[in-house]
Amino acid sequence: MQSSTTARRIVAISAAVVAGALALSGCAGGSAGGGTSGAGKSFSMAFVPKQLNNPYTDVELSGGKKNASKVDAKVTVVGPNTASASSQVSYINTLTQKKTNVIAIAANDPNAVCSSLNQAKSGGAKIITFDSDTAKTCRSLFINQVVSKDVALVELKQLGEQIDYTGDFAILSATANATNQNTWIKFMKEEIASNPKYSKMKLVTTVYGNDDDTTSFQVAQGLLQSYPNLKGIISPTTVGIAATARYLSTSDYKGKVVLVGLGLPNQMREYVKNGTVKEFALWDPAKIGQAAVYAGRALVDGKITGKTGDSFDAGSLGTLKVGADNTVIVGPPTEFTADNIDDFDF
Amino acid sequence: MAETLDTRVRGRGLRAGLGRDAVTVYALVAVVVIASLTVPYFAGTATVNFLLIDAIPVLAIAMPMALIIVTGEIDLSVASIAGLSAATTGVLVAKTDLPLPAILLIVIVIGLACGAVNGVLVTVIGLPSLAVTIGTLALVRGLALVVIGDEAVAEFPLDVTTFVTSTIGGTGIPTMMIFAAILVAVFGVILHFTPFGRGLYALGSSLEAARFVGIRTGRSKFWLYLASGAVSAAVGVFWVLRYSSAQSDSVQGLELTVVAAVLLGGVSIFGGSGGIVGVVAGVLLIRTVNYSLQLAGLSDTVLTIVTGSLLVLSVIAPSFAARARAARDLRRARRGRALI
Repeated sequence: MQSSTTARRIVAISAAVVAGALALSGCAGGSAGGGTSGAGKSFSMAFVPKQLNNPYTDVELSGGKKNASKVDAKVTVVGPNTASASSQVSYINTLTQKKTNVIAIAANDPNAVCSSLNQAKSGGAKIITFDSDTAKTCRSLFINQVVSKDVALVELKQLGEQIDYTGDFAILSATANATNQNTWIKFMKEEIASNPKYSKMKLVTTVYGNDDDTTSFQVAQGLLQSYPNLKGIISPTTVGIAATARYLSTSDYKGKVVLVGLGLPNQMREYVKNGTVKEFALWDPAKIGQAAVYAGRALVDGKITGKTGDSFDAGSLGTLKVGADNTVIVGPPTEFTADNIDDFDF
Repeated sequence: MAETLDTRVRGRGLRAGLGRDAVTVYALVAVVVIASLTVPYFAGTATVNFLLIDAIPVLAIAMPMALIIVTGEIDLSVASIAGLSAATTGVLVAKTDLPLPAILLIVIVIGLACGAVNGVLVTVIGLPSLAVTIGTLALVRGLALVVIGDEAVAEFPLDVTTFVTSTIGGTGIPTMMIFAAILVAVFGVILHFTPFGRGLYALGSSLEAARFVGIRTGRSKFWLYLASGAVSAAVGVFWVLRYSSAQSDSVQGLELTVVAAVLLGGVSIFGGSGGIVGVVAGVLLIRTVNYSLQLAGLSDTVLTIVTGSLLVLSVIAPSFAARARAARDLRRARRGRALI
């Protein structure tokens, strides 16, 4: 009896080991990145987005992948499923071990990823941030879509025009700690306080949908219940604006409460056509990825170091300049309305 | 069946080498060997460092969690308690001149208080721990938001953060692992070598029977929730110093990783069985699988599927084994009767 149990356990353990071996060896094949660097040679570049499977991020990364061959970069994408900093740290550590030449990251927490980025840097990697910056000491340069203040201004303008610059409005943001969101919100608050044009507009609250569709939907619903006088909502996140638009379009508030913010044309098309949303803004996210791979090339070749005043060739984007705070601005925001939305497919 | 003393002793040795704990240990060893052979860059001290330092929070919280699950209860509020502790640490460092040991003391008291709330609701009022701690999971995370709001604290004394992320010599083993090891030893002794620990197994196997033989069932569980609160709070401080960042969502979601590791380590979710060695192996197994897959360049999507499958396997395997044993015993019994 003893021996038969023993035998069975041994069989079970061996089976588990073999299964594990098969699974792992199947995975380990094609990923031995890294290695050489130097002008003109192929280099490895890894994108670490805030989270995977986010439609906005996917468009951004597609710009990077599409242009990878033009700069002879081997581009990979690794990152967490949920927007967590600790998981990003783990991925950065693996990239350090693999001696990846360039790491482009959209930080979930500007500080938590810093020490591991510095470790990567001392291992020889060049660090680029995009979308959501880290502390300045942790990266060579930051690729930003637009001037942060312009985003705030265009959103306030779009909302103001539609509500006659009077009434209560709310902001539906992503997470409470998102660097980019908080910067825009800060500029909006400053503009309202300082520009007499907005003196009759009042920001009543800022709520967080955590960049999760369901949460954003529910938060939008709660917002309209608790503030019946609400004239408008600004949602500077693509997940938030789409969820809010979906809620508005099925409620009595459709056409009465103004929604503006940052959205993807493909996600918002339906709501613009059915009158829920009149206008919203964004830039072309693919340009971020494109700028990132060209910046990666220039950094690896030693043509730039990321200091203010540097400039590099970015293919179809022309020559990009490194401005104040080692930041590269890709372009002005685009405003989408029923008239032009069909010209965009992303 | 005439067993000599000799074979019986050998049998016990074999059992120790093939028990549920040992299965997890073997699986861990197997994964490490396979990863070293197949994943580029895996073998080396850098892996030891990166792998272990992020295993410490899970390992620490898994200790009280294992004991709680042995009694048939659960504590899902651990990550939120750690989050509240992280947020409090951040605010106290940024806004006061309190020395770090004082801050550590304050947040551990906060952790004890959270644990006491769980403990009272579960043991005195007698509510199911699953419901209670899902409630406190949300409640305590809310408190973290109240404490720190949408701010993030990133300025911590450099010598402290350097110490927290330092390694022992050139081994790659994080210095903080020493504290984790002490914690493991303490909980291991409590569970396996004290009457209190044996009482926990009795509690988990049959609450009625445990009460009948005079174990103070409520009090035992209450102590465990206190321990869980205190350890979680300490982990919150570690988290803040390891990442040099405190914000309202620090340590979010860690409770499920901890529970998964404990179950993978062979602790029965129904209570009454499991051991510390298995739990330690379970924590390291999940972490090693995750890290080696990350190093192999696999996405998080693959990772969650793999760890999920591991967990399901670890839960259903013993129940299949038990069913097979029962069927065999029945066959034997029938055969035995035929002989008579």
